[in-house]
Amino acid sequence: MSSNSNNPSSAKGQTESVRRVALVGNPNVGKSVLFNALTGAYVTVSNYPGTSVEVSRGTATLEGEAWQVIDTPGMYSIHTITEEERVAREILLNETPDVVLHVLDARNLERMLAMTVQLIEAELPVILVVNIMDEAERMGLKIDLELLQQRLGIPVIGAATGRNRGIDEIRSAIAGYGRQQHTRRHFPYSRLLEHDINEIVAMMSGEYILSRRSLAMLLLQQDEEIISIVRHREGEGYAVLAELAREISFKRRGSFHLNLSLERNEIAKELLQDVFVAPDKRVVTWSERLSTWSVRPLTGVPLLLVVLYFGLYQFVGVFGAGTLVDLLEGKVFEELFNPWIIGVVNNLIPWQIVQELFVGEYGIITLGFRYAVGIILPIVATFFIFFSFLEDTGYFPRLALLVDRVFKHFGMSGRAVIPMVLGFGCDTMATMVTRTLETVRERVIATVLLALAIPCSAQLGVIIALLSQAPGALAVWGVCLLLIFIVVGLLAARLLPGEAPMFYMELPPMRLPQFSNVLTKTYTRMQWYFLEILPLFVLASILLWLGKVTGFFEKAINAMTPVMAAIGLPKEAAVAFIFGFFRRDYGAAGLYDLQTKGLMDARQLTVAAVTLTLFIPCVAQFLVMKKERGWKVAGGIGLFVSLLAFGSGYLLNQLLLVTGLLA
Amino acid sequence: MKLSDKAEEILEALWIAVEEKKLSALDPQDFTIPLDDPAYAELTGRAMVEIRQGLVYFRPEGRIEGRTTIRRHRLAERLMMDVLNIRGEAGDYKACEFEHLLNEGVDTKVCTMLNHPTTCPHGKPIPPGECCDQARAEGDLGVVPLTEFKAGQEGEIAYIQTEDSKKMQKLMAMGVLPGNRIVLLQAFPSYIFRVGYSEFAIDSNLAKEIFIRK
Repeated sequence: MSSNSNNPSSAKGQTESVRRVALVGNPNVGKSVLFNALTGAYVTVSNYPGTSVEVSRGTATLEGEAWQVIDTPGMYSIHTITEEERVAREILLNETPDVVLHVLDARNLERMLAMTVQLIEAELPVILVVNIMDEAERMGLKIDLELLQQRLGIPVIGAATGRNRGIDEIRSAIAGYGRQQHTRRHFPYSRLLEHDINEIVAMMSGEYILSRRSLAMLLLQQDEEIISIVRHREGEGYAVLAELAREISFKRRGSFHLNLSLERNEIAKELLQDVFVAPDKRVVTWSERLSTWSVRPLTGVPLLLVVLYFGLYQFVGVFGAGTLVDLLEGKVFEELFNPWIIGVVNNLIPWQIVQELFVGEYGIITLGFRYAVGIILPIVATFFIFFSFLEDTGYFPRLALLVDRVFKHFGMSGRAVIPMVLGFGCDTMATMVTRTLETVRERVIATVLLALAIPCSAQLGVIIALLSQAPGALAVWGVCLLLIFIVVGLLAARLLPGEAPMFYMELPPMRLPQFSNVLTKTYTRMQWYFLEILPLFVLASILLWLGKVTGFFEKAINAMTPVMAAIGLPKEAAVAFIFGFFRRDYGAAGLYDLQTKGLMDARQLTVAAVTLTLFIPCVAQFLVMKKERGWKVAGGIGLFVSLLAFGSGYLLNQLLLVTGLLA
Repeated sequence: MKLSDKAEEILEALWIAVEEKKLSALDPQDFTIPLDDPAYAELTGRAMVEIRQGLVYFRPEGRIEGRTTIRRHRLAERLMMDVLNIRGEAGDYKACEFEHLLNEGVDTKVCTMLNHPTTCPHGKPIPPGECCDQARAEGDLGVVPLTEFKAGQEGEIAYIQTEDSKKMQKLMAMGVLPGNRIVLLQAFPSYIFRVGYSEFAIDSNLAKEIFIRK
């Protein structure tokens, strides 16, 4: 779908009749919700070419016409700073959308209108969506959208996408864009700035997507990408132009950005005169009260524990990993599906060796498929529901600020708490999310800790189920992991070179999530997860089958026997570790099988669980690590984690033997 | 009467040795101007330093003179870099020549023009002059970093002081603009403030860089 080329004309050439609408705006203004409401099921999420930023694209049919809808990453200004913002602007520049939908938060109209002004200045086909109107009304804010529309000279729509309000109006505004004549407004700056802008504009002769006026300001802000575009287009005339731009920005270098921001702020204020009326007294809503509780250490920490207990332990652990797994794996697979499919396959295929491939001990269906659907699916699904729900309430930024001080000791900012929590669902996905952290150092530390000490939900579910039968085992396991997390975190913060991270975050208002949205998010995540793991499980089954047929598997188990013996485990436990190499959860599930057969006592189970939790990340996580951090770092982390896992297993076993704990 | 350039350089070296390296005296053997240079006689003659056993010690008057000399030197460095944009060795060299012109009130004017800088381009402190103290006493008394606020206090953003211009632009994009009202909601474990109808959380390092007028 996306164009890999930097040449906009080739991208344009490819576009048939499909029209495009791009959603732009600050983070946390409900862009994604609007995107989901507009598009429906067929959504592709892909990295923008050459970056690690994800862009969602979907299709919509508006008044009988097909449209492509693009959800751009959050941006604060058309003058870009972060990679996300650059990607958002690239989309505006390279994919020439027919409509640009600027979504903003009604409560912060003044602050966010500055970007609307920039978009209008750039002469982009803008429609303004003033979102979260419901919340604004609850706070007693009065917003005259009609007047705002007159003043801006573009269509303005009020909406509350989270409550399905205004979606139809937005649809028809997109479809009907350009039918109504709007008179675009011109926003004058101070005399001095206008003079400078006009000087630059007068020297430009190329054809651009953004207006020259807008480009002139970006040139004065010394925006590198814009500079290179202008250099390319202007050809010979560029040298003089660049000289002038340099001269002016040099002259104003002390406070150009600041003055520009202040002037835009002033323009926004004027536009909102009589449009935006705030009540004399601030209305304190229940969500603000909840927000206050969640960020005060005295109430925030207990609240966090409540969230973890009910969300993670009760919902994911007990309900997902207990009730649902018992039902699916125990009842549906073991009692109904497996006997039936074994019969069917054995009837169809006469060769025993091929039978084994499908329905044998490590068969694709009886093992791979059973693990994936019977054990992993219910756990991961419940986790993603929990995570998506929490995400939509706006709780994560609050959690981040609550733990920021603690996380700084581990060399990370509070922001890293989001991948950490996600890691309890799927470490592979979480490793991918570490890219939202600001510094490379922070990303590396987070990657190490995810690979090491954060068990994923499937693993967690199985291990909790395993260990909860032996009193104290779960506590030993938990303390071990926590200790290792802390020690490795502290060491990493001391040893890794680089600057201490900065923490800043916008706190979106807390709100009750919309059920359909949580489901959509869970569905997209599950889809990703399943496409990722199912092939791996099938592949693992085939390899295990091959290993068994050729006798290699037996050899591998024998080779690992001394290692198993060193940490006090029976040799059959090697199977779980070989499984674990494919998927963490696969390994844990293997352990589950061993325990059912009664092969291990409490001490052995605990040692095995700790070692397996720490043990190298699964193939998928390793591949993502390689993709995000490069071969060298990923390889180093893999080696370090494996050594530490077995080392800790050994120490723990000795400790348990000596103290007689869990005996 | 004005001191010779060399005498000023000796005072500077002595001031750095005593005030910054915490030595008791300056050993001319570690310094580019040998002890037999007439500049030392000039200084002892004015009762600014005394020389005992080949080492140079401050006398009270000399210490004050040394302080203002070093102030002029570092102001000159700032001037070279910030205003004239002469950097590196060329800047240092020019600053050495320039500093000797910054007396009799010129230093005050330069200091005011540079907005009373506190450090030289090499990060060393510039001893504050009367003008700096006065500026602080007059207009900017009410301006404090956000870290000095108590939860619940409200003020107006005066300015953002940060080395990192990207960070500043980010803050401005978030609505942290001079002139806007700001309410500090919480100071621990992180700083939470409200501008308009949005709330933000930042750590203390960033909070130190936002200056508020009550």
